[in-house]
Amino acid sequence: MSAVAAPAPARAAAGKPLPPISYKAPIAYGAVAAVALLLFGILPASGRETSFTMFAPGENIEFTVPSKPTAIVLCLIALGLAAWSFQATRTRRKVGVWLPAVYAVVLVFALLTWAVAGKAQPLPLTSLLQGSLFLAVPLVFGALAGLVSERSGIINIAIEGQLLAGAFLAAVVATITSSAYAGLIAAPIAGALVSALLVAFAIKYVVDQIIVGVVLNVLVVGITSYLFSTVLKENAGTLNTPPRLPTLPIPGLADIPVIGPVLFRQTILVYLMYVVVIVLQVLVFRSRWGLRMRAVGEHPKAADTVGIKVNRTRVWNTLLGGAIAGLGGAFFTVANGLAFGKEMTGGKGFIALAAMILGRWSPKGALAAALLFGFADNLQVVLGIIGTPIPSQIMLMTPYVVTIFAVAGLVGRVRAPAAEGIAYVK
Amino acid sequence: MKLELRGITKRFGALVANDHIDLVVEPGEIHALLGENGAGKSTLMNVLYGFYDPDDGEILVDDRPVEFAGPGDAMAAGIGMVHQHFMLVPVFTVAENVVLGYEPVKGGGMIDLAAARRRVKEISDRFGFDVDPDAMVEDLPVGAQQRVEIIKALSRDAKVLILDEPTAVLTPQETDELIAIMRQLKAAGTSIVFITHKLREVRAVADRITVIRRGKVVGSARPDSAETELASLMVGRSVSLGVDRAPAQAGEVALQVRNLSVLDDAGVRQVDDVSFDVARGEIVAVAGVQGNGQTELTEVILGLQQPVAGSVVLDGTELVGRTVKQVLDAGVGFVPEDRTEDGVVADFSVAENLILDLYDRAPFARGISLDPRKVQENAERRTVEFDVRTPSVDAHAGTLSGGNQQKVVLAREMSRPLRLFIASQPTRGLDVGSIEFVHQRIVQERDTGTPVIIVSTELDEVLALADRIVVMYRGRIVGIVPGGTDRDVLGLMMAGVPQAEAVQQAATHHTVLGEADIEASEEESK
Repeated sequence: MSAVAAPAPARAAAGKPLPPISYKAPIAYGAVAAVALLLFGILPASGRETSFTMFAPGENIEFTVPSKPTAIVLCLIALGLAAWSFQATRTRRKVGVWLPAVYAVVLVFALLTWAVAGKAQPLPLTSLLQGSLFLAVPLVFGALAGLVSERSGIINIAIEGQLLAGAFLAAVVATITSSAYAGLIAAPIAGALVSALLVAFAIKYVVDQIIVGVVLNVLVVGITSYLFSTVLKENAGTLNTPPRLPTLPIPGLADIPVIGPVLFRQTILVYLMYVVVIVLQVLVFRSRWGLRMRAVGEHPKAADTVGIKVNRTRVWNTLLGGAIAGLGGAFFTVANGLAFGKEMTGGKGFIALAAMILGRWSPKGALAAALLFGFADNLQVVLGIIGTPIPSQIMLMTPYVVTIFAVAGLVGRVRAPAAEGIAYVK
Repeated sequence: MKLELRGITKRFGALVANDHIDLVVEPGEIHALLGENGAGKSTLMNVLYGFYDPDDGEILVDDRPVEFAGPGDAMAAGIGMVHQHFMLVPVFTVAENVVLGYEPVKGGGMIDLAAARRRVKEISDRFGFDVDPDAMVEDLPVGAQQRVEIIKALSRDAKVLILDEPTAVLTPQETDELIAIMRQLKAAGTSIVFITHKLREVRAVADRITVIRRGKVVGSARPDSAETELASLMVGRSVSLGVDRAPAQAGEVALQVRNLSVLDDAGVRQVDDVSFDVARGEIVAVAGVQGNGQTELTEVILGLQQPVAGSVVLDGTELVGRTVKQVLDAGVGFVPEDRTEDGVVADFSVAENLILDLYDRAPFARGISLDPRKVQENAERRTVEFDVRTPSVDAHAGTLSGGNQQKVVLAREMSRPLRLFIASQPTRGLDVGSIEFVHQRIVQERDTGTPVIIVSTELDEVLALADRIVVMYRGRIVGIVPGGTDRDVLGLMMAGVPQAEAVQQAATHHTVLGEADIEASEEESK
């Protein structure tokens, strides 16, 4: 046994002393899998069956599995993954992101197998995923908005307000011009305006960024609600009946079984989301813009001494962030063809903030976290329709419980940009 | 490149930090800027580097006047600066740090990392730096980080390199390597402005020395001037550099530290199985580079942190597990390493600061209230006794200079009968005059029979005060050696080399500063 662990101390001699091994993650994996095994596999009555359907071109594929054995097998796989994680931790090897991802998928299937067991109606997998992606859209845009401004050192609590402002302006402009696309162009402008207020107070007047952000959220709620009740309500027909963004299936790709309809039978807003995630993932870590942005967020004085304008960089990045969040706001109105309603973003901006932290301030992490939240959100809707043994309130809680555990350290060390929230004054 | 400053003046409100300073740096010379803390050296360099706008005066590069709107302009003019607190982003790689601000780019604004690595490699190889371009800066030792800063400046074609207190964070051996690098750079034609208050180093490397005091140039000197001469120029009066002290009359053992181990929040062992004794009437210095467990050691003795193992016994009483208040009441006096943060309350008056740990006992407390008259009297007496220069005892402690704040801390801690006195970095950032005073008071305390622990990262201070020296490295004790041990041996031990090996190595390879020590003592004996 000791022979396996031997290389580790040798490395310690060269660098800093190694921190002690933390078994928190593998133990948590193991415990959750064991509880799942008990709840979904061992305790339920045997003999029931679970059906799933998937959408494929022209037909629906339906398959049925025996509930109890399937759930047991899935939970045992999860336990195996926990053991793998334990072994990797013990020998100080790094585990790729595939492990938590596969682990989560396996357990979710175990949960579904149990929850839908014995129901006459099959579980529609395709629409479950499609809806998840759809619900994740404002979260992804919001999380990316937070990421861009926080990486440069400005805490953006005002994402909620930026989403709301984007939703409002998108609805109004789309209605006036009778074009959903015009609404899509207006939305980022509204978000950027909220950011402009944020940087004006945070940088010019050095007000605490969190306080400014909270105040801005309240301000946007106030302004949009006021305009809604005084202007939009009376002229709903001319100001607040936005057209819906058309669904644009991408030829070829949209016909791939299962994932085709999920990923490529969407509106332009979703395609824009793909583009923004990929572009940011590359630019943040590999471009000059990204390097300077991160330098300003980590050690502004160091950036200043090499001639980078710290506050200018922060202003532009926060404005960009606001624009991204505003675009995400268009989801609530034009993407759904819905009229603007008071406080219609319902706290999505704060969940986006959680997705950003859970995603460790990286675009692909934010995407994954937002998808997780979107999935939990949609699962609760779908299971509510089918009728399940789980109270819907518990389902609603899940993403937040996951966030708290994740942020508390299960996913490893989460490190925010070192200088975020600290005004830079020479 | 020739660099000239003419009549540079910089004011901060009423304070004149730089008062008509003239300075000429010739091509390829090492020009030392010598002055005490607060003399205005760093302000001057920040003006030169475009960080501050001067209120008056001009900067000339090769006899042409230039104006710098920011550090970018200064760099473009060929001026590079290595800051005292490194300007490196800890979570970036060496290559990323070096190219930050003038990144080589491929299409689409993408950084050409290969080119960045090549640039680091090229300079690193030219000077034999041995720096890995892909290493994360936060993982590098301090000496290597400094070399990254130098690479950063050189990669921007710096013709004049400003080094701001570069040796403050280095071990003696690292200092030696830095001196070698400075000579190499000079040979390659780079001019160096070397800002420091350490006389020994100035004499070892400088070609010319400019001394500034209270924001003004007070003279220049040649490197072969005597240390006392430089010191008196710097301070403005004659000073004695050593501490007059009789040999220790060590009594019985008063403090026993046994197998002490401390973990930090991340679970890393900051103090690892440390054992040592301190006797009455002796000064034990804990030497080591900053961050090797000294802070945690003193905080455990005081009760600010709890150890995971071990004991601290003072005169037969166990201190571990007691509150700070109980430890203080047991007769421990403590001077914290960060005086502005932990030593004084800046917004309290001098009088109030002098009773921070005595407020609840006679004669200052009367029932539940303070006796302001007694507090006042005490303050009047202590400020005279400890030579605290303050407009009045009601002045806020924050308005005092560092040296006077430290005297307030000393006066408070020494104003009750002590069974143990601990001082962490007692003279950090102090002017020469205050250092002299603080050292004398510490020796006086020892001579009354109090056991004393000094924690210092300055070898000069350790050698001036210690009767015995405990050298710490990564939380462990490397060795316990007598006071007056060869500085090269101490330097090696501070880098983790065991004592026997350190003695061997030091005998064959002397550092520049160690060499100077030996020459000086040989001259004395002649």
